[in-house]
Amino acid sequence: MRSNEAIQPSVLLRWGDGLLVLLAIIASWQALALWGGSDVMTTPIETVRHAVQLTGQSRFWPHFRETATAYSVAAIVAVLGGLLMGIALGAHRLTGEVFEPIFVALYSIPKVTLYPVVLLLFGLGIEAKIAFGAMHGIIPVTIFTLNAVRQVNRTWLRAGRAMGLSPAQSILHIVVPATIPEIVSGIRIGLSLALLGTMLGELFASKRGLGFLLMSAIDVHDVRTIMAIALLISIFAWAMNAAMLAIDRRLHQRI
Amino acid sequence: MGKAGLIRIAVILAAVLALEIACRTGAVPPSAVVPPSAMLASVYEILTTGEIAHDLRLTLTAVVIATIIAIVGGFFAGLIIHGLPRLRRTLAPLLAAYYAIPHLAFYPLLIVVFGLGLGPLIVLASLLGIMAMIIATLDGLDHVPRVLLRTAAVLRLNRWSEMMLVRLPAAFPHLLSGIKLAFSYAFIGVVAGEFILSTAGLGHAISFAYDNFQNRRMYGLILIAIGLVTLVNTTLLVGERRLLTRRGMR
Amino acid sequence: MTNEHVSFRDVEQVFPARGKQDPVHALGPISFAIRPGEFFSVVGPSGCGKSTMLDVMSGLTRPTRGQVIFEGSPLDGTVPDGIGVVFQEDASFPWLTVWDNVAFGLRRRGVDAAEIRRRVDYALSFMGLAAFTKAYPSQLSGGMRQRVCIARTLVMQPRLILLDEPFGALDQQTRLLMGDELLRLWRETGATIMLITHALDEANLLSDRIGVMSARPGTFISIVETGWAKDRDSTLAELPEFGAVSSRLWALLRSESMRAMGQHAASRSSLAGKAA
Repeated sequence: MRSNEAIQPSVLLRWGDGLLVLLAIIASWQALALWGGSDVMTTPIETVRHAVQLTGQSRFWPHFRETATAYSVAAIVAVLGGLLMGIALGAHRLTGEVFEPIFVALYSIPKVTLYPVVLLLFGLGIEAKIAFGAMHGIIPVTIFTLNAVRQVNRTWLRAGRAMGLSPAQSILHIVVPATIPEIVSGIRIGLSLALLGTMLGELFASKRGLGFLLMSAIDVHDVRTIMAIALLISIFAWAMNAAMLAIDRRLHQRI
Repeated sequence: MGKAGLIRIAVILAAVLALEIACRTGAVPPSAVVPPSAMLASVYEILTTGEIAHDLRLTLTAVVIATIIAIVGGFFAGLIIHGLPRLRRTLAPLLAAYYAIPHLAFYPLLIVVFGLGLGPLIVLASLLGIMAMIIATLDGLDHVPRVLLRTAAVLRLNRWSEMMLVRLPAAFPHLLSGIKLAFSYAFIGVVAGEFILSTAGLGHAISFAYDNFQNRRMYGLILIAIGLVTLVNTTLLVGERRLLTRRGMR
Repeated sequence: MTNEHVSFRDVEQVFPARGKQDPVHALGPISFAIRPGEFFSVVGPSGCGKSTMLDVMSGLTRPTRGQVIFEGSPLDGTVPDGIGVVFQEDASFPWLTVWDNVAFGLRRRGVDAAEIRRRVDYALSFMGLAAFTKAYPSQLSGGMRQRVCIARTLVMQPRLILLDEPFGALDQQTRLLMGDELLRLWRETGATIMLITHALDEANLLSDRIGVMSARPGTFISIVETGWAKDRDSTLAELPEFGAVSSRLWALLRSESMRAMGQHAASRSSLAGKAA
């Protein structure tokens, strides 16, 4: 029903709407900042200025690199691991039936409580953050991949065989195109959750990274820095999600 | 129970047993993981002494308040957004990006605004939960079969009756998933907040035990936290299953 | 109005252009009348506007041009009292038991409880559902669910019943049996019935008259009078006259159906291009 949403707004109108939302957010932010005072919140302009200033300082970059490295590795592990597990579980029916509920259960438990365990296992360094980020991200990728592979229509495969496709050709020309849209949806969620996991790791018992900067800013009640870093992280998360969503939508449109 | 279910139980039991053996033989040092039997004993001790009651009460209070705010607020926001397609189109990018942003990055800010205590936890947890409910409400209202709305028109229901007697009952399974998610998010928000920075609560108790090298106790508390969520989730899930079975959706 | 229970006066339905799609001229202009107590069927090629006609006749949709007159007064864009509709899709409420489903409409009208019980129990036993009052629709077969929907329409005691391919999802044997029941219902209630169907034999068997529609924009190319006795049932199909009417219907429809398929193919020409 949604696909034939009749009145496709023009590109211009959609950009206009996006701008409207952005303006509304900035306006309410400004209002909150003025109402609460600079002890509580900095205004949008101040925050941006401070963010720019922060990124100009040399002490910022080691922390940024730490977070970026931790997140990149966590994301790669989550995506590759999730794909492998999802394909393995999706291809073999019984294995999938055995493990899927376990993954779904893992998805819904508050993994934050498990962070101390991760720390005990991986130590206080970057490895713990990576592990925690990957733990968050790998589950949605696995679940989505598993379902995508399992739902490949058997009739298509039979049709492929009837047309004389080799198993390799069947995978390349039937399984991959059929599963990619769902898998990309899973990766999008996985990347977001991996970021959340990495951030969680940095906020708790970490000595480096943007999360650590956030926590140390609380200790000295440095509202400007808290706001600036939160803004930078949000912009990054939003941009990544927007890019993934664009790919996601494009892939889903064909169906 | 089917074959898959039996194998699943066997796999889980085997994993627990393997962990127990690994811990007992020293393959995994007790400084990292305590044996599962010790974890269970610790759960028993913590629950029988009642020492965690205060923290638990605080955590549950925050979770319950946040869940209610998220459910009620999300439901009505969803209704309004559904009724205004133009607003919905405008908000679409925001809805899509909402969970991509790590809200926990704002927790420090909330502490600055509200001070340490239940306040920032409840705000953080409600913020996390509310969008799940909004999306579930929109989803539910979107998926009311057209033929039921046409039936309502044939029976000449007014807008209010149509909403109360047709749209909402039809959307109810979606609303229930929203409720389930809102609770999960609220719990994660509260415990994560307590865990990172707070003076009391279940999350704080876990991080306190970690800081003080009380591994046995820490594992016991973690199991309690997970058990609590699983209990609520399972209850909601059973209700949902029953409902869906009755409606022939499963 | 003595001989016109419901009538179309120059009714036309045009759906406005949507996005890149051209406007769709779905129906008309068309004028005709259904007599009181008549069993009237509409057959036609797929996509010819049959369902649009039902929407307009029930008052669910206001026509772009023209008027629908029901019992002497024009429809105003809502469904008037006295019209009941049975849809093609399963319209039973999955959250209500069979009994509550059937009572739903009466309760909204503030009918008193004893009267509701009387009418619902009667409709349920009439439709052979008496043993399933406490069941939920999901526990019933498709055919049974459609009976629930018919019973729900019946209790409102409509004078005009519109049915939009109500047996479309059922297997052939069930269809025949449901057809017989529909005839029984028609005789007992004395209601006027308009049935939309794509099954020619079904239309033939059930109807006093059959409107044969053209491809889009739908109008009647012919209205065939069957002349069957009022107490007919599915054994009618054995008569040679029955075959003659079916052949006549098909002769009328064949070229229209081919035209409709052509329309369909034209609107999906991009696909044809890809296949070539």
